[in-house]
Amino acid sequence: MPLTPPNSLREAAALVEQRALSPVALTRACLDRIAARNAELRAFVTITAEQALADAARAEAEIAAGRYRGALHGIPVSIKDLVDVAGTPTTSGSAVPARRPDHDAPIAANLRRAGAIIVGKTNLHEFAFGTTSDETAFGVVRNPYDRERSPGGSSGGAAVSIVEGMCYAAVGSDTGGSIRIPSAACGIVGLKPDVSDLSTEDVVPLSTTLDHVGPMARTVADAALAYFAMLDGEARIDRVPPAAGLPLWLGVPVPYFLDKLDADVRRLFGEARAVLEAAGHSIADVVVQRAERTADVYAHISLPEASWYHATLLERYADKYSPGVRLRLEMGRYILAEDYVRAMHGRATLRRAVDRALEGLDALLLPSLPIGAPPIGAATVEVDGAREPVRAMMLRLTQLFNITGHPAIALPCGRGHDGMPRGLQLVGHRGGTERLLAVAAAVERDLQPRMNTDSHG
Amino acid sequence: MRPDVTRWLARACADADARGLAELRPLLEALARSTHALRDADPDLTGSARDPEDAPDAAE
Repeated sequence: MPLTPPNSLREAAALVEQRALSPVALTRACLDRIAARNAELRAFVTITAEQALADAARAEAEIAAGRYRGALHGIPVSIKDLVDVAGTPTTSGSAVPARRPDHDAPIAANLRRAGAIIVGKTNLHEFAFGTTSDETAFGVVRNPYDRERSPGGSSGGAAVSIVEGMCYAAVGSDTGGSIRIPSAACGIVGLKPDVSDLSTEDVVPLSTTLDHVGPMARTVADAALAYFAMLDGEARIDRVPPAAGLPLWLGVPVPYFLDKLDADVRRLFGEARAVLEAAGHSIADVVVQRAERTADVYAHISLPEASWYHATLLERYADKYSPGVRLRLEMGRYILAEDYVRAMHGRATLRRAVDRALEGLDALLLPSLPIGAPPIGAATVEVDGAREPVRAMMLRLTQLFNITGHPAIALPCGRGHDGMPRGLQLVGHRGGTERLLAVAAAVERDLQPRMNTDSHG
Repeated sequence: MRPDVTRWLARACADADARGLAELRPLLEALARSTHALRDADPDLTGSARDPEDAPDAAE
């Protein structure tokens, strides 16, 4: 009888722990799903089927012998192909020669220590330098809800791997929104932890000041389990923060963040706010001072830092980059040091501004993406009757919290009239990733009837 | 646009043209608008020195 895959990591973990579900059977089901869908959706660059089945068999034997490691033991996961995994090339989604790591990045090593089964390396916007996952040497990544639309990026393949049931947790990276953007575009949960939480060692950098790594999954609890596994290999159910009690004190940063939203985002965000208020939570409008300078500060940090990393590669392999990615990297080489220093000062100022906006609150509440998933290849999109650049719109609501380092999580909040998911975002206090997970669990609980919890598999 | 940014843009475009990267021009022009906004921003954001002549208690 074919396996009916569990709907969540937590559900799968319970069955595996009880020995009611074989890690080998679960891994095989995920690999079958990848085999059936990857040619069309291009979620994966490398599929490590043989190793995954061997690891699953070993997990099964350990669990049978009473050596259960925790909720990720025997659970298939995917890893963005920016993160070194021993024995597999790290392509960064590029035709530039891949890295050949002989050891795991710390976050991958922690996942292995937790007993996770790595099924493969996911496709991405080349070198993480984009928001649409359509500039990649390994085939355009497609949104499972509409094949002609982007899944967002840069962790587009990771998001698709979750939606399609190809795995139960995905590792992504986030420099301007690259976990939260595809999570919103694909209707899943994506966590950018506090900047101090998870090591980015042996992760190909985009901008070392702004880079984060984090989990993507179907639910907040699943994301929490994956986060703890990435943190230290200890993914125990009792570490998952319970949903925060009533009332939550939430702040909606109105100026700048709510200025440019498509009609469905505006409607669904407004409805979500009303549902949360009716549930007993307190929500007030707040201001993040100087938020309108976010994109300028972001550009003058991210561009030169990206160009710094790629300087030698650009000299040798310029023609192997996607043209758009290459041009953006070349652009960064022209930014003057004085403007980089201005932007780094701006970073400190914006960090204090977000801290002040959060005073007395549990979290900020705002949309995660101002638009639905854009058509593949689109350079502009219409918002409130005006044509706006896709890239700027995709980054608009997420990039500030890469600048400041505050933890932030994307949650689904329904679908637009176009059938595409829309998402909201919660931002917590600095150093407060676990508290943010508790807040997110409460919001997820109270919005449950509205969230897109469809199993697309 | 600020004269310093205008000069920067001219040099950057000339260099891009010389390197055979004329397609960089629109990106550099967009970047210049952002650089202008950053340089023109409140010194409380960027940490840049204020012009002492702009101080409200500047001596005559």
